[in-house]
Amino acid sequence: MTNEVLTGAQAIIRSLELLGVDTVFGLPGGAILPTYDPLMDSTKIRHILVRHEQGAGHAAEGYASSSGKLGVCIATSGPGATNLVTAIADAHMDSVPLLAITGQVSSKSIGTDAFQEADIVGITLPITKHSFLVTRPEDIPIAIASAVLIATTGRPGPVLVDVTKDAQVKTAEFIWPAKIDLPGYKPVAKPHGKQIQAAAALIKESKKPVLYVGGGIIRADASKELLALAEIIGAPVTTTLMARGAFPDSHPQHLGMPGMHGTVPAVTALQKADLLITLGARFDDRVTGDAASFAPNAKVIHVDIDPAEIGKIRFADVPIVGDAKEVIAELNEELASSLKGKKPDYSEWWTYLNGLLTRYPLGFTEPEDGKLSPQYVIKRIGELSGPEAVFAAGVGQHQMWSAQFIKYERPNSWLNSGGLGTMGYAVPAAMGAKVAQPERLVWAIDGDGCFQMTNQELATCTINNIPIKVAIINNSSLGMVRQWQTLFYNQRYSNTDLNTGTDTAMIPDFVKLADAYGCLGIRVEKEEDIDAAIKLAIETNDRPVVIDFIVGRDAMVWPMVAAGLSNDEVQYARDAAPVWDGEE
Amino acid sequence: MSMHVLSLLVEDKPGLLTRVAGLFARRGFNIESLAVGTSEIEGLSRITVVVNVEGAPLEQVTKQLNKLINVIKVVELEPDSVQRDHMLIKVKTDATTRSAVLEAVTLFRARVIDVVSDALIIEVTGDTSKCAAFIKILEPFGIKEMVQSGVLAMGRGSKSISEKVLK
Repeated sequence: MTNEVLTGAQAIIRSLELLGVDTVFGLPGGAILPTYDPLMDSTKIRHILVRHEQGAGHAAEGYASSSGKLGVCIATSGPGATNLVTAIADAHMDSVPLLAITGQVSSKSIGTDAFQEADIVGITLPITKHSFLVTRPEDIPIAIASAVLIATTGRPGPVLVDVTKDAQVKTAEFIWPAKIDLPGYKPVAKPHGKQIQAAAALIKESKKPVLYVGGGIIRADASKELLALAEIIGAPVTTTLMARGAFPDSHPQHLGMPGMHGTVPAVTALQKADLLITLGARFDDRVTGDAASFAPNAKVIHVDIDPAEIGKIRFADVPIVGDAKEVIAELNEELASSLKGKKPDYSEWWTYLNGLLTRYPLGFTEPEDGKLSPQYVIKRIGELSGPEAVFAAGVGQHQMWSAQFIKYERPNSWLNSGGLGTMGYAVPAAMGAKVAQPERLVWAIDGDGCFQMTNQELATCTINNIPIKVAIINNSSLGMVRQWQTLFYNQRYSNTDLNTGTDTAMIPDFVKLADAYGCLGIRVEKEEDIDAAIKLAIETNDRPVVIDFIVGRDAMVWPMVAAGLSNDEVQYARDAAPVWDGEE
Repeated sequence: MSMHVLSLLVEDKPGLLTRVAGLFARRGFNIESLAVGTSEIEGLSRITVVVNVEGAPLEQVTKQLNKLINVIKVVELEPDSVQRDHMLIKVKTDATTRSAVLEAVTLFRARVIDVVSDALIIEVTGDTSKCAAFIKILEPFGIKEMVQSGVLAMGRGSKSISEKVLK
């Protein structure tokens, strides 16, 4: 039997189809033009034309993060490829399975500073899990199949496939690899039995354990196993920014989010714990504060699929390399058989933690300028939308409030840029999520600063019938930076005023902007109008909706541990530290 | 800080050296010496890296190297492993100094590769301290040019690092 002869461009499309890719986000240009031709004929792949390649990258991330599937974006060489860089770096930090396909100048022109030439493989080396430069059409199927395998297995991440224009134009027999053999890539999924026993022993000895849950639980689809573990042992649970939704917020064992803007009970539980059961978390500086004084009396069980995360920041007494789903399942079995339905006695620990939960609930004060309370707006969006919705946030104050005041009950319902902190993530990520899960209500909760970085994708949403809802938490400033200026720079507001509020120059007017993009634009300035606007947005599905919530600019994110300080220094409001018990 | 010799078995792919070197640079490690060449297996190369770091950061960089898809194996060699430098040295000589230089060459079991009336090119192989001692002896005569390979290293005994890694 002879193989079909395809152009490299056709081979790219065929490979994607064979891998089950149904959606790609992209924007054509010279060096990727050959691939856009057969793409037009594909009945299996929906291409969504974005307005900026960064939007394609974040949309692919949102697609992936909301569905657990691979996200795919395509761009041309040079500036098209460099515009993907932010999204690729973002996916790398947050372990998002992302395939980026870029056109490259012809192999003969590489290295000549040709028009729209950029060494995108070189540029993205430190921010990709792996990358391929393909210069021959016969190498395309194996490169794309390998890229997808690498992106979606082990610790997920972004993989770049850079294909020269001549490789797309020339023809070759299309040979689909029966098996992909990568001798240097063998992710370990199954944990070591001895380590499981050691972990179980530590858990049973412990008097003050905390489940420190990270985004790895969501990527590993291990929420069910986590819930079982938490209930077998009855230990408190904290979910990091990346793990919001991994464990239901309504569960009585949930203390909330730890870290710089974590709840007092979550931050304090970690500080006072004698055991951290660390599951798919990486001791990020935003969680630990000063790492040397983080959880000073705790032993550590560290479960991660990436061996390099174990011992990177914090020594692990029991390191377990493996897939969180398998590890927790085995741990549950071990614990269930040895505990025989009897929970370890953590009653003293719970007495202490329940005291903290009662004394230090999350809260906020009403703004003094008469404008809307941003926390209240976000809380109502969460309450009126319910746990089946998807919430994508930008980066800054509104992101922290969205992590704090929306109640998450299921994994993949909360999308944000945790590691890289990419302003502009929300709108394109929400777009990607809505494409992946069209039946779900999808919100972008954005700031007035973030929104101005990527709002052109509203055009993409309107044209392609992707009815996302955007809530702009408009405080007319770069709010988080302003908060730091308030706290640490003597209220000197250097370059954080954006003039988007109703009592400013109001450039741009977000309602007019929404209108220009064919969206329904709503402005809300009074508290009594909040619910009606949210409900109207939820009911409007013939076009995207943008709500401009005019909020107080002096609202701050609390609790807070100032950067670099010990988590013992957590403040739940300005100049207000929790009062510790006498024996502490 | 202490010296560590890492031996890497890697796939011979374009950009591999950049990936390895970039990783050291990004994590803030100074490479003392680097040698790259083919291995006994077609398609695989062997890299020998000498780094000066503490134990804990070394473990981190080793794990990060292992994460590179084209890196098949990373081994830290024991201090008693075979370690050799290879150097070419161009020394100024004339009729009055040549015999003294040649005496040093014999003493160090080095070899003369090229002779002209006012210079010699000498080749020497040995561990880092032997090479350093040889340079010290030659310095008074005038070293015009010097070039050095990175350290090449191999574990003693009959085992090889490529065992059990393929298939």
